[in-house]
Amino acid sequence: MAAPEPFTGATSHSPVQHHILSVLVENKAGVLARVAGLFARRGFNIYSLAVAPADDHQRFSRITIVVDAESAPLEQIKGQLNKLVNVVDIKDLAPRESLERELLLATVPVSDTTRTVVMDAVAQANAAIVDVGSESVTIMLASTPIACDALERRLESFAHVELHRTGRVALPRLSSH
Amino acid sequence: MQITGAQALIKSLEQVGVDTIFGLPGGAILPVYDPLIDSSIRHILVRHEQGAGHMAEGYALATGKPGVAMVTSGPGATNIVTPIANAYMDSTPLVVITGQVPTANIGTDAFQECDITGITMGITKHNFLVTSAHEIPRAVAAAFHIATTGRPGPVLVDVPKDVSQGTMTWWWPESLDDLDLPGYHPTSEIDDADITAAAQLIAEAQRPLLYIGGGALKSHASRELVAFAEKTNMPVVTTLMARGAFPDSHPQHLGMPGMHGMYAAVTAMQQSDLLIALGARFDDRVTGRLDGFAPHAKVIHVDIDAAEFNKIRHADVSIRSDVRSAIVALDAVVTTTPNYATWWSDLHQWRAAHPLTYDTPDSDGPLRPQAVIEAIAAAASPGTIVTAGVGQHQMWAAQHWSYEEPGTWINSGGAGTMGFGVPAAIGAKVGRPDRTVWCIDGDGCFQMTAQELVTARAEGIPIKVAILNNAYLGMVRQWQEMFYDERYSEVYLSPDLPDYVKWAEAMGCVGLRAETPEQMEKVIAEANLVNDVPVVIDFRTDAREKVFPMVPAGATNDDIVVHPSQRGEK
Repeated sequence: MAAPEPFTGATSHSPVQHHILSVLVENKAGVLARVAGLFARRGFNIYSLAVAPADDHQRFSRITIVVDAESAPLEQIKGQLNKLVNVVDIKDLAPRESLERELLLATVPVSDTTRTVVMDAVAQANAAIVDVGSESVTIMLASTPIACDALERRLESFAHVELHRTGRVALPRLSSH
Repeated sequence: MQITGAQALIKSLEQVGVDTIFGLPGGAILPVYDPLIDSSIRHILVRHEQGAGHMAEGYALATGKPGVAMVTSGPGATNIVTPIANAYMDSTPLVVITGQVPTANIGTDAFQECDITGITMGITKHNFLVTSAHEIPRAVAAAFHIATTGRPGPVLVDVPKDVSQGTMTWWWPESLDDLDLPGYHPTSEIDDADITAAAQLIAEAQRPLLYIGGGALKSHASRELVAFAEKTNMPVVTTLMARGAFPDSHPQHLGMPGMHGMYAAVTAMQQSDLLIALGARFDDRVTGRLDGFAPHAKVIHVDIDAAEFNKIRHADVSIRSDVRSAIVALDAVVTTTPNYATWWSDLHQWRAAHPLTYDTPDSDGPLRPQAVIEAIAAAASPGTIVTAGVGQHQMWAAQHWSYEEPGTWINSGGAGTMGFGVPAAIGAKVGRPDRTVWCIDGDGCFQMTAQELVTARAEGIPIKVAILNNAYLGMVRQWQEMFYDERYSEVYLSPDLPDYVKWAEAMGCVGLRAETPEQMEKVIAEANLVNDVPVVIDFRTDAREKVFPMVPAGATNDDIVVHPSQRGEK
């Protein structure tokens, strides 16, 4: 299967004008609240947010924030973020120049009649079955947001699906450097 | 040497050079008040924690040093939230120490617990919850470093009771690296290309204007500013936060711009083709309706806070720098032969056509508030510090007093905090005991924080308070008169309730009253003779007086409303 096209913006789940900010912060209590609070009080919209420790010593964490760049100028969002004392570095990843991935987990009920259709959906999306129960399976997809969107839409046709997505993480594309 | 966290806290404050703390003790901060007895630091015991915060602000604005306040947890901490918000809006360096319930009790809704670091997250430059006695020196040193560098602001240090009761081996962070602030970069080198670009814009401008904001005071840029203005012959306006940064008596000074600015200053902004904004942030009170603000102007924006660039108004050139360094850099490259003859001809005409004015008072009263301020100013020694609350009296005090040097005008600009005047005056007097300090107050403002005059009397801080008593919440009344068909809703106070003279006397102050111009001169002279206790004067002023000029809310600066006596000429 060919690699998915780079995600450029418009999907049913994404704001048209989004930007990815990869924000390195000190791994201290309350830092996520400072970042989220700043977005809330300044009226900047967060589309998704993922956070995890960024290095071995757990001194820093990385917050990947997908922002709606129509809610405020990106320069203003970055400028205000930069003023937070615990924010160490901000990388602004333009969608076209970055590699974005996110993780989707979905538990889908299966019966004898739907099993094949679900398996088809899994195969087509390049997803994996990571857990199997007597009446349902859990599917995992780690891919582009657009591929996750596609799988999510596909699974909407099944009843009682429980679906979680992580929000995306991103790195600059090597080809653009 | 093992010492307690409380001892380490006081020692740390001594280490950074604190000479005065404004505060009020309580349960969670109790351990810290014990070593305070043995410290050289003066503690001013306030009557309400809000007073402590505003006093610390007044101290900071009068001295340029950070103000320090210390209060207990819960309500002690929430009572100082308003001064913190005020200091945040006006970029005043302030360090607030709050007690907190013991670490083990945090999150349990313990007695006098509140999440003050959470509450103040959006109104502090930064805050700390200290989790071990060992961390106290670092937290205090970092708090002062953050509060005073870059764009100054308030920093809160929350100290749980078990932390101040715990022990530690004394140490002191010797370098910035020890502060462990990897994300804090308050300054950067000026980019030469920006200076060149700015010089180019200046060379092309026919109607340039130096738009001076509070950043000029924070960076002590007055001398360089005067030199640059004189070299270039550019006109100058100083915002409410910058009064005193450029002498009012200087012939190139057009006065204050904005909602209640001088006609010439407001019109100069509108007609300018180059605004050189120095430490100013295009506040809505200055710009009026934004889409009609300074429509012909390009903008050079100098600010230490890069987030101010393009926030409100597009900057053609932005220079991230403190104001003084930027002026020095510009001065080195700007070689324009000063001319601007046409520009100055217009400016002189605007200034002559619409000077600041008010109706002559009747000899039997009531007093004109503007005349009261001018009379106090006329009898005041040079260098007198003026503080104000918020409202009509504040605007008149900004308009009718001539500010000649930095630190002589102290007010609540961005937040507009009523009741700021009295405690700020006390703080200013503590910081500058050599100066006379007048608080020009309104009767509404006075009633909010007057209890701090008890503090002033008890601590021997002889400030002078002029209440412009028009028996109304005057600014709201003015808006209701002008924009709500004179439907006065909940603005009447009463000239006699409370009796301000008796109240002053009950607080150990000298209380005086004036109802006529003759009495006014007499009580001002009397007040100037009192130098040992605070003086409060109840000036009975005309409630119908309005602040002019005025740019109505939602209007552009072109629609400035001048004094009625000047309207035929416009």
